[in-house]
Amino acid sequence: MDGDSGWMMQHAWLIPALPLVSFAVVGLLISPYWKKGAGVIATLSIVASMVCAYVLAWEYFTLYPAGGEHPILVPWSFEWLRYQPGLAANVGVLVDPISLLLMIVVTTVSALVHIYSNAYMHGDYGFGRYFTFLNLFTFSMLGLVVAPDIIQMYVCWELVGVSSFLLIGFYYNKPSAVAASKKAFIVTRFADLGFLVGVLLLSFYGYRIFPDWSAEVGAVANGLAGTQPVDFQYLNDPVFLAKFAALDTTFLGISLLTLSMCLVFMGAAGKSAMFPLHIWLPDAMEGPTPVSALIHAATMVVAGVYLVARLFPAFAFSGTAALLVAYVGAFTSLFAAVIGTTQDDIKRVLAFSTLSQLGYMMLALGVSTAEHTLGYTASMFHLFTHAFFKALLFMGAGAVIHAVHTNSIWEMGGLWRKMPITHITFLVATLAISGIWPFAGFFSKDEILAAALGSGHYVIFGVAVLVAGLTAFYMFRIYFVTFWGKGRGAGAAHAHEAPALMWMPMALLAVLSAVTGFFPMAEYVHLGEAEGHHGINLAVVIPATLFALIGIAMAASLYIGDGHRAVALAKMLGSVHQTIKQKFYIDEVYLFITHRIIFHRIARPIAWFDKRMVDGGVDASGWATRSGGRALSLLQTGQVQTYGLWFTGGVAFVVLILWSALV
Amino acid sequence: MGLVSWIIAAPFLTMVAIVFVPERHWRMIRWIAAVGTGIGLILTCVLTYRYWMAASADLETLRTATMTKLYLVERVAWFKPLGIQYLVGVDGISVSMVILTSLIIFCGVLASWNVEVRTKEFFALLLLLVSGVFGVFLSFDLFLFFMFYELAVLPMYLLIGIWGTGPKEYAAMKLTLMLLVGSAFVLVGFLALFHQSGLHTFDLQQLGSIEYSDRFQWWFFPMIFVGFGVLGALFPFHTWSPDGHSSAPTAVSMLHAGVLMKLGGYGALRIAVYLLPEGAKEWGLFFMALTTINILYGAFGAITQRDLKYFTAYSSVSHCGFVLFGVATLNLMGFKGAVLQMFSHGIMTGLFFGLIGMVYGRTHTRIIPDMGGLAKVMPWLAACFYIAGLASLGLPGLSGFVAETHVFLGGFFGNAWTNVTIMRILTVTATFSIVVTAVYVLRGLATAFQGPITDPHFEKLTDATLTEKLATGILVATLLFVGCFPWLIIDLIEPALYPFVNRLH
Repeated sequence: MDGDSGWMMQHAWLIPALPLVSFAVVGLLISPYWKKGAGVIATLSIVASMVCAYVLAWEYFTLYPAGGEHPILVPWSFEWLRYQPGLAANVGVLVDPISLLLMIVVTTVSALVHIYSNAYMHGDYGFGRYFTFLNLFTFSMLGLVVAPDIIQMYVCWELVGVSSFLLIGFYYNKPSAVAASKKAFIVTRFADLGFLVGVLLLSFYGYRIFPDWSAEVGAVANGLAGTQPVDFQYLNDPVFLAKFAALDTTFLGISLLTLSMCLVFMGAAGKSAMFPLHIWLPDAMEGPTPVSALIHAATMVVAGVYLVARLFPAFAFSGTAALLVAYVGAFTSLFAAVIGTTQDDIKRVLAFSTLSQLGYMMLALGVSTAEHTLGYTASMFHLFTHAFFKALLFMGAGAVIHAVHTNSIWEMGGLWRKMPITHITFLVATLAISGIWPFAGFFSKDEILAAALGSGHYVIFGVAVLVAGLTAFYMFRIYFVTFWGKGRGAGAAHAHEAPALMWMPMALLAVLSAVTGFFPMAEYVHLGEAEGHHGINLAVVIPATLFALIGIAMAASLYIGDGHRAVALAKMLGSVHQTIKQKFYIDEVYLFITHRIIFHRIARPIAWFDKRMVDGGVDASGWATRSGGRALSLLQTGQVQTYGLWFTGGVAFVVLILWSALV
Repeated sequence: MGLVSWIIAAPFLTMVAIVFVPERHWRMIRWIAAVGTGIGLILTCVLTYRYWMAASADLETLRTATMTKLYLVERVAWFKPLGIQYLVGVDGISVSMVILTSLIIFCGVLASWNVEVRTKEFFALLLLLVSGVFGVFLSFDLFLFFMFYELAVLPMYLLIGIWGTGPKEYAAMKLTLMLLVGSAFVLVGFLALFHQSGLHTFDLQQLGSIEYSDRFQWWFFPMIFVGFGVLGALFPFHTWSPDGHSSAPTAVSMLHAGVLMKLGGYGALRIAVYLLPEGAKEWGLFFMALTTINILYGAFGAITQRDLKYFTAYSSVSHCGFVLFGVATLNLMGFKGAVLQMFSHGIMTGLFFGLIGMVYGRTHTRIIPDMGGLAKVMPWLAACFYIAGLASLGLPGLSGFVAETHVFLGGFFGNAWTNVTIMRILTVTATFSIVVTAVYVLRGLATAFQGPITDPHFEKLTDATLTEKLATGILVATLLFVGCFPWLIIDLIEPALYPFVNRLH
């Protein structure tokens, strides 16, 4: 690092380190003895980390102003795990526009969630444990964001997975929460299997190609001597990618570059809950609501998107892998939006909405190429705005659940009068996610649609526009049912506004959801030349807004009032409605595979085989030895007469043989 | 008498001290055991430091060496007519195994704080066994090695037969007989080496200085490998392990699964691969396939187990598969992964068995479905259980990750003598274990510790005592330490492995 970079740049490791230290201190020293202090210290550490992230961003963009070149810096790293000479994983901090963007999103949302949680979790039996885990999560997520190589990414990837597991199963004596936490961990673990094999492939070929690459780019002369074969900068290097793609070796006719990117995407799809690995996310709503806001809406689930963005040059180079990303993303966004229209649990609707929006981000990445990188910018932009309005929606849902003690929207109703602040902030977020001007979602969604249209993938563009309408429909459905009409449940009657510690973070997020759309993202986040989508593209805005308005109108006509039209419509659709409501029975398919096939057809027979065959073999050899011994022992009777008989017989036998030989 | 001999002697002398204490002072006996093993732990630290100072000086020469370099050597002629010597010393592999053993036995003594039946004999036998284990890791004369090896196996029979639970006589007999069959193979192999070399010595380094004919290597590599493999739970010779571990008392399971099973992997690497590299090249793929079965078979086997100890034993079969898998990859990363996995699995499974003993002491059941919601009444034990479980599913930040990624990378990178494609297919197959492990660990632990409390009398149970917290705390800290600062232990191990790799070329 050159000397004129700022203090924060040289101490960028503080950003993940602060939550880590706080995790250890709170977990070991404070939470067992001083419950309230656990919340305060955990929150302060995240706020400190947030301030550091802002200062870092300010320093970086002072050095490299908006609109210009934005190099990737690794101001701090050390060798952590040396596998063999020439292949080591570093731990370090990577600073570039997207890692800064994510650092800001993660620390900001995390800080607000921490503040909110101090009130939301008040009086809960695991208050200290909750903040310990929340700090662990924030540390892991920040470690993931700043990872300079794929091994650190994988390490933190697993750590966010385990923090998510711990927080989903936070109410550990509630069986449904325990089941959901297991499901989340195992499904994402299965996806990580792909990621792991991808990492193995990349490490091997990275290592193999490294000397060639090093000679060709003059690594030593260009100050790249410390590069490792697993560093992102190396894996994204066009020289490396060209060599990798040119290898003769293929797997079932797929080039190894494409194969490794598809495997890495499998990991990303698991974490970002893309179809068909999405099944864990709706169940993950069993966790406390602030956790859903932080982990399962704003931050952890975008890790998959971030991973694809981080390796974007490699995906784009492969082409096929990028197409896979685009289609999986597009399908998931439609699929989840359709399911979202029928769910009754407010948090599950939001979960499906998250899936759908993550699909948006993925498809935006998938449609961009090395030349047309608008989708890349759009994806990061949507990640940014989505983090705020979705976290806000969850916090609003949390405030509502806190007040009415139920998750079912049909037991709410009429809450706008009792919870005015929650109502207003929820409305802002709903407008934002529906893509209504001038709220944040309008701009980022607009950019994604423009990218899809510009790329020539008209099917994907069509899906995306349709999803925009569906999004507005299901969001306004829950908005109308929850806040309008009359209070339906007992809880709704006694609802009251959330405490200040809860509504203040919500208010702040509402402001962010309203204004972040005007942020000139393309000036800051771009690959190559800044390719801004300036001004308004009517070909995109008109259909998108039209669909959104139709969605809102339909939601209004069906759900304002007593909702008898909605019931009639559901009845009319019959089994179609039922299939959608049952989430297309995907969970049942999984249950069949895991339970019927893996458990009953593999694990049980193996246990049986071990007990009866392998162990039986061992016992049989023991039995054979023993019965052999017993049979032989019959000869030893101890009776002289018997011995005499055998002796005489033996002698007679020998004599007989000798005699016959002689004669 | 040098430092290395003192390490072997310390548990033995402690045992002697215990023998002279009357049985009625059983409280004093356990204190003596704790102090004795504590001294062993301190000696181990000194050993590590001295080894490190000596070895870091010749790091560069080791990189190209083809012979293991020993440090702190002590050599005394013992039985000249057969060239048997008392030859002890350390290299990087031994030193890491000695650290493991010292930690496990110290924590094992703490975990057996409540053994009240025949305390004296229990601790005496336990310490005798530990002397044997140290001896195996530190001796470099095959005859001495074999003697210590038997010393480590035989007291197990009494320890399980007397202090065990369940069908203990059956388990003790099975374990001892199966392991003795393994040692018979090993003994035959040693004698064959002795004769074939014609050097009239059992000195490992001298035996390693000559090349054996390919035909000899082809016959005797699998013999020695399988002989050690029995102790390393090589499929299909692993069935002593579930029965043996589940019948054994807490400290014995800890020591057995934690350390003794490592003798198998250690012997396979130290002797089979070191002396018979050509045989290793011929048989590498076969054993890789067999250990792939180990890894998955153990993991699937663990899914259906209802008894916590059987559950852990099957998981050990799976994890010890990684050790032998790493050895069979025949490259630096694989070897390093094998040694790291020995260390990591030793600590992890020691922790598991220690915890199971503590939980069983409270609930009086080890059947997983009979438990439930225990996290509420014993948060410390539950947290430690989860940490051990997460280590076993390879969570980064804990030691298992470091070891497993080494083994996977080793298998994937392949070597020059084997069909790399098949090696990769086997490796990718083996990676499926990370999912299966997650399934059984989370299923098992969730049933036992989460959910509502199933049995009302569990409400009154207590959390870990101070001794128990110390024992489990040390092991958890070690898991974290290795997981977070892997380079420290890698720097210890790696230099010792270069000769093993260089010999293959």
